[in-house]
Amino acid sequence: MAQLVLDRLLAQFSAGEIIKTGSQHGNEWARVRPEAWAAVATFLRDDPSTAMEMLTDLTVVDRFGDEPRFDVVVHLYSVSKKHRVRLYGGVPEENAIIDTLVPVWPGANWPEREAYDLYGVRFKGHPDLRRLLMYPEFVGHPLRKDYPKEKRQPLVRRQTGGAD
Amino acid sequence: MGFEFVYSSKLEAAVNWARKFSLFSYPFVTACCGMEYMSTAAPKYDIARFGSEFPRFSPRQADLLIIVGTITERQGPALRRIYEQMCEPKWVIAFGVCASTGGFYQNYSTMPGADQVVPVDVYIPGCPPRPEQVLDALVMLQERIQRGEGHSQIALRVDQGYDVPATAIRPVSRPAPAAPAAKGK
Repeated sequence: MAQLVLDRLLAQFSAGEIIKTGSQHGNEWARVRPEAWAAVATFLRDDPSTAMEMLTDLTVVDRFGDEPRFDVVVHLYSVSKKHRVRLYGGVPEENAIIDTLVPVWPGANWPEREAYDLYGVRFKGHPDLRRLLMYPEFVGHPLRKDYPKEKRQPLVRRQTGGAD
Repeated sequence: MGFEFVYSSKLEAAVNWARKFSLFSYPFVTACCGMEYMSTAAPKYDIARFGSEFPRFSPRQADLLIIVGTITERQGPALRRIYEQMCEPKWVIAFGVCASTGGFYQNYSTMPGADQVVPVDVYIPGCPPRPEQVLDALVMLQERIQRGEGHSQIALRVDQGYDVPATAIRPVSRPAPAAPAAKGK
């Protein structure tokens, strides 16, 4: 359904920038080189035939054990053309950094903060990259597969031995 | 274990009788249990029949903290502060299984029970509990108040220098404190 979007991407960018494309259950996806992340996003928004006005979601997948470890996933939707596409940007653990999409879609601001908070992927050029859900004292990134799932980092506890 | 020590005077019994029928509640509502709380407070179940009809949305005007819903670690300091703002004596009800134990949230963000930060007098199980259970818990709390067994009531007695058995300070199942010394607060 959105094969047109993939065709436009492959015509515009080199094979090194668009690593792979595919379609699963009618959902088209493209794996993008992290260096071309912002350029691909800007192109998809501005090209009149793709016209991706809306960023539906931005999240991260932790493929623990694989390389690159993290996939930044972006779901795009065109309100005018009524088609969707999904972009993957793979980043390695030791250098988990990718371009911010806030200049392209301002709605990427909080999803990127959430992704940074829970997965530790940093977004280069983000205007305010702070934790969104967890508190500032929290150490680590809890949705990483190697974070102990029941490890708690309490801010306050009752004193033991008191009547209250 | 006996609580005979609390019947120190007839005056205290009369005061506790007055306290238990004039509970001003502060609902700390964070999650879906709030719907059941509203149902309990609404005319069909009508918590007013038990002398607790008036939710005050300021902790300084309340003496019953009802923790309704999941408490996250991030909310811990706020909850503790709200509890400290309430005038003594004060009581706490953990409404629902999340407020009691964390419920099915066993993860990095959810506090395993509100009693990690504030002393809870009555726990209500259920996900969410039925309004009848809430009314039952309120009656249990009133019996507790009458006997002077609330955490805050016992803490006040410790502060006043009464000889309070160590078992009263913590339930027997928990490690008792070394010496029930007066708390400097």
